[in-house]
Formats: sequence, C-alpha cells, structure tokens
Amino acid sequence: MIIVPCPHCGPRNSVDLRNCGEVVNRPNPDTATLTEWRTYLYLRENAAGWVSETWYCRAGCRRYFTIERNTVTNEIRDQS
Amino acid sequence: MSSHRLPPQPGEVIDRSTVINFTWNGQPVIGLAGDTIASALAAQGVDVFSRSMKYHRHRGIMTADHWDPNLSLQVDDEPNVRAGTRLLAEGMQVSTQNVWPSLQHDVGVLNKAVGRFLSAGFYYKTFMKPKFLWDNVYQSVLRKFAPGGRVHWKTSTHGAYDKRYAHPDVLVAGGGPAGMAAALGAAQAGASVLLVEMAPELGGHLCWGNDAERAALDKLTTAVIAEANIEVMTRSTVTGRYDHNWVAVMQGDHPLAPERLVKARVGSLVVAPGLIERPLIFSGNDIPGVMLSGAARRLINLWAVKPGQRAVVLTANAEGDAAVKDLQAAGVEVVEVVDVRTGAMVASAVGKSRLQKVVLEDGRTIEADLLVTATGWTAPTSLLNMAGNRPVYDPQAARYFPENLPEEILTSGGIAGNGSTDELIAHGSATGVLAANRSLRLRHSRRAATARSRSPEGPAPEALTDTRTPLRREAHPECYRASTHGFVDYAEDVSSKDLIQAAGEGFDSIELMKRYTTVTMGPAQGKLETVNAAAVLAESRGMDLADIGTTVWRPPFAPISLGALAGRIFEPVRRSALQDWHEAHGATALLAGQWVRPDHYGDAVAEAQNVRNGVGIIDVTPLGKIDLQGPDVAKLLELVYVNRWESLKVGRVRYGAMVAEDGVVSDDGVTGRLSENHWLMTTTSSGAGAVWEMLEDWLQTGHPEWQVHVTPVTGGLTSINVAGPHSRQLLERLVSNVDLSSDAFPYFSVRQGTVADVPDCVIWRIGFTGELSFEVHVPSGHALAVWEALLAEGQDLGCAPFGVEAQRILRLEKGHYIVGQDTDGLSKAPTAGLGGLVKLDKTDTIGLPELRAAYQREDLPILVAVQPDDPTVLPEEAAQIVDGQTATILGRVTSSRHSPTLGRSICLAQVAPQLAAPGTVITVLMADGRRIPATVQEHHAHLDHQGARQRV
Repeated sequence: MIIVPCPHCGPRNSVDLRNCGEVVNRPNPDTATLTEWRTYLYLRENAAGWVSETWYCRAGCRRYFTIERNTVTNEIRDQS
Repeated sequence: MSSHRLPPQPGEVIDRSTVINFTWNGQPVIGLAGDTIASALAAQGVDVFSRSMKYHRHRGIMTADHWDPNLSLQVDDEPNVRAGTRLLAEGMQVSTQNVWPSLQHDVGVLNKAVGRFLSAGFYYKTFMKPKFLWDNVYQSVLRKFAPGGRVHWKTSTHGAYDKRYAHPDVLVAGGGPAGMAAALGAAQAGASVLLVEMAPELGGHLCWGNDAERAALDKLTTAVIAEANIEVMTRSTVTGRYDHNWVAVMQGDHPLAPERLVKARVGSLVVAPGLIERPLIFSGNDIPGVMLSGAARRLINLWAVKPGQRAVVLTANAEGDAAVKDLQAAGVEVVEVVDVRTGAMVASAVGKSRLQKVVLEDGRTIEADLLVTATGWTAPTSLLNMAGNRPVYDPQAARYFPENLPEEILTSGGIAGNGSTDELIAHGSATGVLAANRSLRLRHSRRAATARSRSPEGPAPEALTDTRTPLRREAHPECYRASTHGFVDYAEDVSSKDLIQAAGEGFDSIELMKRYTTVTMGPAQGKLETVNAAAVLAESRGMDLADIGTTVWRPPFAPISLGALAGRIFEPVRRSALQDWHEAHGATALLAGQWVRPDHYGDAVAEAQNVRNGVGIIDVTPLGKIDLQGPDVAKLLELVYVNRWESLKVGRVRYGAMVAEDGVVSDDGVTGRLSENHWLMTTTSSGAGAVWEMLEDWLQTGHPEWQVHVTPVTGGLTSINVAGPHSRQLLERLVSNVDLSSDAFPYFSVRQGTVADVPDCVIWRIGFTGELSFEVHVPSGHALAVWEALLAEGQDLGCAPFGVEAQRILRLEKGHYIVGQDTDGLSKAPTAGLGGLVKLDKTDTIGLPELRAAYQREDLPILVAVQPDDPTVLPEEAAQIVDGQTATILGRVTSSRHSPTLGRSICLAQVAPQLAAPGTVITVLMADGRRIPATVQEHHAHLDHQGARQRV
C-alpha cells in the first residue's frame, strides 16, 4: 500500500483514498463525436512512468486532487 | 526410546523442573519447558521425523529451525507445524504427515523403487493422457501422496486471528547481535522501534555461542528490555516489504490471538536477518543423522540434546570448527574432521533410518551415526528483493551481498558482512542511529506536509552521512556439490541429477528450471535451496554462478496461516434509529448492502394488503438523502439527471433518473425544492454514497465556480413512508401546521412541518407503493417517538408496520422498476423506459452523447410488464425468456412476485425489442426446464396504471 500526499490531510495510506485514474479531458458533450466520447470513456495512456492521476480523499477531507505518480517506482511528486 | 538429554549446559533454555507430557504418533512422551517439539523428540531418541514427499525417504533433523524441510508435523488440528521452532505445550498430539499406514511402514516407499521414473517433469509427462482420467483417477490418487497434514476445520479450536496497525519509525527485522544493537542505537537516537525475531528468544547465534558471546547477549538483552522506545516481538516474522516501506509482520507471540498480522508503516527498515546455513549436495545428504552445524550446536547448547554418538564433521568455516568443540564437550566422539580448506571432502553418506557410515573423497569409509556439515551461508535477501534490490554474488566469500540500497532500507549483521561480536554490535548500533536519523527526517517532512492538522516539532534533524565501517567479507571456499549427486530441495525431493536433466531438456534458465523441476518451491521457498540450485545450473552450463542469477524471493518470507491473513472481519452494519424497535417487534432482519432492515414482521402478504386497504408505515431510512444548498443547485441537477430541473417550483418534488457517462442507468430518486436555494435529493439505498461522491466530483473538478453545498443526511433523517387509503386521515391527526388536503398538498409536492410535535420534518407526497402516501423525513433523534405516535394514533385505522418484502410486492404491482434489479450494468435509458423524461436537447448532461446514440438504436432490450398465462405459475427472478422451443435467449425476468391484490403472478422483464409490443406472447424457461407462456402487458403497472389510487 502506497502513501498518497493529500494536500489537506497530509500523507495517508492509499486505502484512505480512491484512485480515480488518469486525468482525462472531457470533450464538449454537445459537439463530441461518439468516437471522441468513447476515447474519453475508455482509452488511457497506461504509461510505464510518470502519469497525472486524480485521487479522492474518501476517508478524510473528501477532496479530489491531482498528483503525478511514477507507475514503475510509485514515486509521487506534486503537479508542478 | 532412550534419553539423549545431556547434563545441564551453560546456555540451555530448558526448564528441567517442568516436565511436559505430549504424544508422538499416539505414544505418550515427555519433554521439558523450553523445548521445541523437535528438541523434545530428539531428546527421546527420535531419529525419523517424516517421510519425504516423492520417494518417502526417512528424514530427520537437518537445520532444527524454521527452515528445516523435514520437521513439518501435524499438531492437534493444525497441519504443517514447524517443529523446529514451535514450543512444546502440555497435551500436544504430534504426528507425522504424509505416511500410510505408519512412519515405520510407509507404502509410499515403493516410489523409491521407481524413482528413476519420478525425475524432473514426471507429472507433466505422465499424467497428460488420457484426459478423462484427470478428475477422478489422477487427482484422487495423487492427493493421497501429496504432503501436508489434515485441516480439521470443523472442529478447530483456534481463537480469532487478529490484525494491528503500527507506525514505528524504525523496524528491525532480526534480533541477533546486530539487530539488537540497531534497535538500541535507533531508540537512543529518539526513534520508536519495533524489533522482530523469528526464534522464541532474542540473540541469534549468540544464544548457542561460547561464554563471551552469551555474556554479550545478556548485556544486549538487558538493555533492550530496559529501553522504552523498543517493542519486541519474538516468534514473529517480517513476511513482506511493499512500496513506501509498508511492512507486514506475522506476530506469533501474541497472548490471545494464535497469530496477528501487523501492518506497519515504517520510516526506516533495518534488515538484519543473519545468514541461513546452506547444506552440501552429496549422495545421502538427507539421511537422518546428517545435519548442519547450526542444528548440532543448537541441540547441544540450547536444549542439551546429544545429537549422536560418533561424528564426522565437515567444516569450511569457523562455525564448523566451533561445532567440533561443542560436540566434544557434549561427549560425542568426533572420529574425523574433514576440513574443506585443506582440500578434503565428503563423497557420500550411507544409511537408511539413521546414518551408518561416511565415505570420504580420499576413499576411506568411516562408521558414524552423525555427519555435521558447515559448508557455507545463504544471505536471506528476500526483503531486499521485495524492494527491487538485486544482490550481487561474491565468489571470494561464496555468498550474495546487497548493494545500492535505497535510503529507507539499511542492512546490518551477517547479511552485510562478517565481524566479531563487538564489530557486529558496533555496526548494528551505527546502522540504528542512521536509520533513526532518516526516519525522523521523514516523519518531520510528513508532519510538515499535514498543514492543517499538525505542525512539526521544530526544524528537521540534520541529515547524517553514512560513516559506518563496513563489515568484512570473509573468504570462504565455494562448496556446493561433492563429487556425487544428492538432494537440492529436500521438501520437494529434487536432486542435482534432476536439475542437470532439466537443463539438458532445455530448461536451462534458473526461472524455467524452478518451475519445471519444482526446485525451491517447497515450504522453505528456496532459503536452503536457491543458491545450490543456481550452482548446479552454473556447473552444468559451465558458467560462473554470478552470471546465473537467482529466482526472485517474493512475499511471504515464511509461510503464514490463512486465518492470519483473513483476520477479523470489520464490516460495520448500519442501523436506522428504528431498527431496535423492529427487532423487538418480530421483524425478520434483511441485510441490504450496508444496512440491516426489516424484511417482514411475520406475514409480508398481509402487510401488503393492509397498505392497499388501510394504512401501513415502513422505515425507509436507508434511502439515500442528500441536502443541497446554494444558488446553483438547479444547474447541478440539470447536469446529473437526464431530465429538467430549472423549472421546478418551490414546494414541488420531481422524479429524476441518472445515467453514467457511458449512458447506463445508474441511479434514480425523488428530489424536492424546499425553498429557492434549498433542495433535498433522494437516491437509491445502495447508490447513496456513490451519488454523493459523484456530486462532489462535478462540483470540485467540473464546475468549481458553482455555489453548492452538498451534505449527506441519510442517517440524520429517519424516513417513514405512510401509505394506504387512510394515510392522510392518520397524518392529519399528527401534523399540526401543514394542510394535507389534496388541493393544498397535491401529488408530487413537498411541505415542511411538525409531525407528532417534532418540528422541521420534511413531508413529501409520492407513491412508490401505488397508494396515497406521504414520506416523512424526521430528525433521527425523534424518529422513535414519531413512529410510535403513528402506530398509536392509527390503531383504529388498522395502522401496522410493513417490511421490505411487502414494499417489493406493492411496487411491482404498480410496475415501478428498481435500478440494479430491473436494470443492469448494460441497461441504457431506452431500456428503462425513460423516453419521456430524457431531454436530448440539453447542451450538457452526464452521458449526453451516449443518450443521443441510444435513442437512435432499435436493438436495445425493453423493460416490460409480463403476466404468465397461468396465474399460478411464478417464474424465478432471472429466468430466461427464450425463442419458442429453441435455446435462443431473448430476455430475462427481472422481478417476479405473486400479487395478493390481483391474485396472480406478475413480473417485470427485459425483452428483445421484437417482443416488447403489448399482447406479445413470450416463452419463459423455468429452472425445472418447463417452458411457460406469458403475455406482455400494455403498461408497467399491473394495477391502476392511471394512478387514480395515489392522486386522491
């Protein structure tokens, strides 16, 4: 279990949070084609290396926040 | 059996005044307090402890510790007990495993005769064909020959296993001199320390050492016990190391739980497990009486057991030399010392149930009943492997060493190098100080990152540089195999011949060889075998051992019981404020998600009829309730629901349905506008948490500019539905400041008022049951009073509680679908019949492109009401709807009940679109194979589709 740095609650065990997956941009739902929409729904980079991902501090402050995590080493750095 | 117990030894751990009675294969035997099972039996003259897995060879004490491959015994109802470390207890029933009919006369020994057929890959090659024999013949026959004891789970007497979380600054794995010194060094530097040792007592090799070593141990032990910052766990194992120093410890010395899994978040991990003595490969290296120097020395010094009468000692190091002295002091005749450092070597051992003679490389044969070998060490680098570290082989020292460790992991003791007791203690102490410094700096940085709740105490400690004097790498001859072949993996009965054959068949990488031959796959998981296996492979391929690599050691470090992994189950159950009342009044409990609810109070059908004909009340508290406040609530609702919300007037409620971004129906419920900027949303019971988090997600990440406060109030408001033709009459007796008449309080409206003298109740008029009904949301502290007042005031009206089952009957009569029951993970809006509700002309709503696409399709299943033509036939829920007599599936029944109001069976079903037209006769395939006709109805509602009953 890794430690995830919540910006409000500090470092916490990852079971206290939920990994909401890679940050993806939501296309304009009024104008997006189905292909664009389904790319947003289902396709992810799944990189071996640095990814931006959203976490939800479900057992703490209940904030959604974004961090950068190295999926190979589980190193975590702030989004900057 | 004769006693092999020696006179008192200076370092013995047994208590000669406390005799312990136990049984060995049914025979009564005695031991002493402090004995392990193995030492007690050895003291009674037991040579043979087990039979080997494949060839059923006689096996005796080999290492006398946790890793001993021959000492897995059945103890009472517990299989695979490590008799080398398990302490003896009064009344234990100890027996051998894997023998039939007895240890002395084991028919499995016939495998020995066919041994040449049982070589590498035997099972793969033999039991492939014919396939029809797999299940009934091969499996049941092979089971009988499989090792391992019997689990008596029905009669198990074990208590509850347990779990614990710990947050030590420093965790030290290994309680030898270096580990104890590291714990002391770290504790004195201000760190909290958890010191974990596998053996029953601290000290490692000092325990069976000489006078000076035991004196050093006494000093260390006294200091460790006196140090308040150190918590000691003995008979406990660090089983795994995971990311960010998440360390699992299996605690075996807990006073109550048989085992406790400690999940520790550790600042610095000090790995000081010492070294594991390695056996030598030669013919007969598994005969009882052949043992490692550590086993012989422990038997003599810890438990005062004489391991044999006439001994040959094969030594390549100081520990072997020390064993010679110990044996002589114990009165064992050492007839030959074979010193590897002078070029001498053992060729083979001869014997069956006990060693008889030893053949040397120089051709001499020596009669002996004990052969003690001291031929090298394996560094247990498991915890380092788990951190991604790859130790490097040093041929000069004939073992692996860790290199390039990450900051948060440090090593000391034998795994790091050799040293005198003083040198080990000095290195351990310096390691502890360094570990403490790193962990305290980490703790400081973590506290500094917790901006709002805590602040660090002062500045971060200065970083220390690593100035430790490295431990030496003492030269050691590389001895892995003598001139003959013998066992590499004792537990799996894999010999060096098998490995060479496997390499010849092409399985010539260590990872392939392992899986093909099962070498290192026994209970010790390679602690004794890995390096020998790699050495045999290197030899057969003509390579250097350093280039072969080793298999990767993964968790757990030592076998752990499943009970400890399961631990206790902490699953909180949610109870409404009325649940005590329900239980006191005969309710049958129903576990629905997190909630326990009343299923019925004895007769669900009567409860349903009472709602149709009179008035009933039901506790619907688990219904998700979310309080929404702010000027932008309507915008949020427009986004998350498929329908319109901007236009909802104050005092009105509206049904809303939600879909996910993929267009699948995700939740539904009624939401009401209490005032201009104050709304109350309801969700399904199971979706309450998910909807709340989804709303927060949209507000925080999608539209941070919207002003909305979201507060879940599911438990804070107790929800009571008052339903039935007399519900208005009943409520009028209790509601003081709301006009409940149909004109003043029409269907789908909301009012706030006082109910049974409880102010601030929310009342809305809706109709899940299909009857006139009011849902009252009461502050939970007053819920019981309101509930009892309703029953008391409604006595003359026949007011009675009804449970979840009655509600299910009523809603199905009315044709109301339930998200998750009548829809599934593929059901889109058209399937659920949301056509009139969905507003495709919005510019943004969740799943909008999928909603638009779904309404272009004509192949989606449709939810319809169905009635079997024979009203007495009740289809099972999930019964398939098929195409006539064929096997083609065209849908399924999603809900099915007998309707007391209509006196017939009624269903909801998802059907293929070509079956959805009213009047279509469909075929339902019953579980018993019958195919029954049923007819699709015009409306979802089986009863009162115009809603006349609820609009009165």
